[in-house]
Amino acid sequence: MTTELGPLTPDDVDDVLDDLSEEAPEPTARPLKRIKPREFKTSDIGVLALSGLSSFSIVWILFTQLTLLSGPLGFVVMWLPVFLGLYWFVNRQLFNRQVAVDRLIGSIVTVGAILMMMPLVLLTVFVFQRGLPQLTWHALFSTQQGVVYTPGSHNIGGVKHALIGTIEQVLIAAVIGVPAAVLTAIFINEVGGRFTKSVRTVVTAMSGTPAIVAGVFIYSLWVIPFGYSGFAGALALAIILLPTITRGTEEVLKVVHNDLREASIALAAPEWRTVWSVVLPTARSGLITSILLGIAVAIGETAPLIMTIFGSQVMNSNPFSQPQAALSLLAYKQIKLPIQSQIDLGYTSALVLFIMVFAVFILARLLSSSLSRKGGGKSKRSILSYTRWTPASAMERQDEGPETEFELEMEPLPPDSGERDQR
Amino acid sequence: MTTHIESNDHKLVAKSTDSSVGESLRVDGVTAAELESKGVHAWFGERMVLQDINLVMERTRVTALIGPSGCGKSTFLRILNRMHEIVPSASLAGQVELDGDDIYDPNQRAATVRRHIGMVFQRPNPFPAMTVRDNVLSGLRFNRIRSNRKDEIVEEALTKAGLWSEVRDRLGNLGGALSGGQQQRLCIARALAVKPAVLLMDEPCSALDPGSTLRIEQTVKEIADEVTVVIVTHNMQQALRVSDKTAFFLAQDGNPGYIVEAGPTSQIFENPVDPRTADYVNGRFG
Amino acid sequence: MAVTATEIKPIKIGDRRSTEDRAFRGLTRAAGLTTFLILVLIGIFLLWQAIPAFRSQGISFFTNTGWQTSGAHPKFGVASALTGTIIISVIALIVAIPVSIACALFINEYAPLKVLGFIPIKNFLTAAVDLMAAVPSIIYGMWGFFVLQPHMTGLSTWLTSYLGFIPFFKDSAVTNTSSLFICGVIVGIMCMPIITSLCREVFSLTPNGEREGAMSLGASRARVIRDVVFPFSKGGMIGSIMLGLGRALGEAIAVAVIISLAFPLQFHILSEGGNSIAALIATQWGSGGSLGTSALLAAGLVLFVLTLIINMVASRIVNKSLADRR
Repeated sequence: MTTELGPLTPDDVDDVLDDLSEEAPEPTARPLKRIKPREFKTSDIGVLALSGLSSFSIVWILFTQLTLLSGPLGFVVMWLPVFLGLYWFVNRQLFNRQVAVDRLIGSIVTVGAILMMMPLVLLTVFVFQRGLPQLTWHALFSTQQGVVYTPGSHNIGGVKHALIGTIEQVLIAAVIGVPAAVLTAIFINEVGGRFTKSVRTVVTAMSGTPAIVAGVFIYSLWVIPFGYSGFAGALALAIILLPTITRGTEEVLKVVHNDLREASIALAAPEWRTVWSVVLPTARSGLITSILLGIAVAIGETAPLIMTIFGSQVMNSNPFSQPQAALSLLAYKQIKLPIQSQIDLGYTSALVLFIMVFAVFILARLLSSSLSRKGGGKSKRSILSYTRWTPASAMERQDEGPETEFELEMEPLPPDSGERDQR
Repeated sequence: MTTHIESNDHKLVAKSTDSSVGESLRVDGVTAAELESKGVHAWFGERMVLQDINLVMERTRVTALIGPSGCGKSTFLRILNRMHEIVPSASLAGQVELDGDDIYDPNQRAATVRRHIGMVFQRPNPFPAMTVRDNVLSGLRFNRIRSNRKDEIVEEALTKAGLWSEVRDRLGNLGGALSGGQQQRLCIARALAVKPAVLLMDEPCSALDPGSTLRIEQTVKEIADEVTVVIVTHNMQQALRVSDKTAFFLAQDGNPGYIVEAGPTSQIFENPVDPRTADYVNGRFG
Repeated sequence: MAVTATEIKPIKIGDRRSTEDRAFRGLTRAAGLTTFLILVLIGIFLLWQAIPAFRSQGISFFTNTGWQTSGAHPKFGVASALTGTIIISVIALIVAIPVSIACALFINEYAPLKVLGFIPIKNFLTAAVDLMAAVPSIIYGMWGFFVLQPHMTGLSTWLTSYLGFIPFFKDSAVTNTSSLFICGVIVGIMCMPIITSLCREVFSLTPNGEREGAMSLGASRARVIRDVVFPFSKGGMIGSIMLGLGRALGEAIAVAVIISLAFPLQFHILSEGGNSIAALIATQWGSGGSLGTSALLAAGLVLFVLTLIINMVASRIVNKSLADRR
């Protein structure tokens, strides 16, 4: 190889560019048959359908004769193993054992996913089916005051008192809990100090505490001296909100690039300014999402309210004195009562509750994807990840030094991306 | 020179995976095969990234793919062992034939192809949770190849990869505990343990120090007798040191990559036909 | 001439914090401390209020099964509640773990990005799992009671008839409704989204290099999962399961709605009647006078300590597994 080392003269550069400007060969004119190799081809769908149908018929025939099981649940329980067994067998005959095992696992996994989704679907149908007929303006805007429940009566009363109660309690809980949670997260992530690890441990411990324990705690702390009130319920809800929002905020703050903080410090900003004007706004979408999620959870809580707000049948819009009602608690109490119209009120309350939670959830999801896309963050994360530690950040926390010696000497390669660049 | 790949109707390469070691991993038989790409084009989504690649990679020879970054060398390599299709938007056209059998035949399983066409990656990726010994044997495990010669296989593979002397007493250590160069040689041993017909190497030394690089280049030359090697490299001197045949890839102005010139290594470097090849190998660009 | 290390000393860098900075830091520190305080207070108050109950029963608080908190000779204990809680949680995990992990695998490894070209399956499923986690427990309880229970009664009866030789499945009551089994299933369904969501995240963190290494050796998809994804995700999976366990232990309302509260020790999971600490507190609240309330608070303390331990163990396991990775 002739080595002509040394800087290129302008002439050389021109020569090379001339060479390079030579036309690339014409793209081939003949029609190109593009293929996308797929593991699961159309013929395989046929195998799947065939196995499904034949196992269905087999079980249909045997089911009614052989077993005590009745109803769709029992049928599905019988059908599944037959289907899977048949599918494996057919694949083994058609191809080989490896393919059969691979396909079997694939179907088991798919069945698992379907099983997972079914309760959600059935549940939603149930809530709407039973609650919707009762959801009238009357039901929304009146209370149970003065309603006499007798068998066969159609007056179920209303949920207004519970609706107001829930809204007030959750609002107060948020007003108390959110600043405390965000400040704690800022302490853990930005301020730090000797207690960082202990506080983080405490927050983790609190997030595992059952809701009913929080209620029982507030009972002994607040209700015994001050009596039942909406405020007591709000306190219990705040305890439940706190760890969720703290952890979500902590995760979101961690993702904010350190460069931003350094830029702010370089401009001689005081620490609180850095946090308030730089860090928090950057983490805004995640912050809002975790707050909304904490609120959604608080709306739905029932157990801690039993011993703090006690429940009521009449309107009490003062959360600071006297027992109050709440949608969740109302539903819980009503469905255990004997008379149908009482149960119906429970259904109505549950439906209103469900719609509220659903609305907040949708809001959280919309905000998280729209805001984070503007801020350049990752959209399409599971929003549940805003409520707890994420494995990714936990892994980073472990990262103390280089993995192996060669990383010290070499520059890190660009990370693997899904799409490979041309090389 | 026969390979252990049977070509009876659709069970093209499928059957051999179920066979036991004695049959398909002959100790003294040579398993290397010839790989040929015919009219290979590749797309990511609607963007064509490779255009009309026709290349013969001869058995028991080392073929180097050189060219500036971004011209599709690695994409082409990944087409050769059906790793290209992992990316959801990827598609391709053309054929890739292993001793005459098209690996993209619709009845051909990708996993089986990959067993016969192995790959060593740019970043060493031994399985950190497995011991050195288990790492080497992992290929056999994945393909459910039973053997009562496991220790022999481990020693043989590690020797060929030039790692045996260093780890013979440390076979029980975890794979992640080795140095970078050792890890990469472990990956080579792992790939060799299943006696592939072809070994693809995607810039295997770019993350390593010069000493490890030299040792790996030595390994490449030694294993070429039993395995066809295709190596992508950024380092022209490496191509010169190691390969018998070289193909020069180029892509310009966002157009798809193509082969400018391919031929015996000495010819490419000393008497290139195309002026662009001459410019590149003389270091005037790239 | 080389300068020895002892001759070079780094300078001491001093800085004074401004008042506003100190106030800010003080505020956040106070918030952190408050959180700490709350946890400690929970323990203290519960203990304090529970003392009358402990004094009344002594150590047999943990072995008594009845719940007689009023009258001249009160006798109560959490034995049946505790065993019931554990049984429900075990059943819940048995139900939840396979389905959750299967679903997480499906979303991460098997689901195509888009079905029929435009339905984004992955996103949709992830959102659905999130929604499941947000559904209030009272609604799960209602659905379990009104919809699932009638269907499961048939299954329970079948199990007692055919598998009744197994002690757990023996029939000791007339009906199979309101049993620990049905509670366990519902609680399991409630735990599924937590486990799925966390498992899915951990699976997605599997390093691409290892995956490709296995694939290039000819491993099939199931093989890659078994030999690359699972070993990597072990710690995260266990952590998620323990998180789910914590949820199961503390679930009050769903159990309270379904169970028919019975105080004798109940090991026949398919038979009517059972108990769990959280459900006990929820249903017995308000009865039994001050000693009764104290007893319930004592039960609450037991639950608190239990979930605390589980939580601590969970984070230790997860952190240790991540540290081992390095």
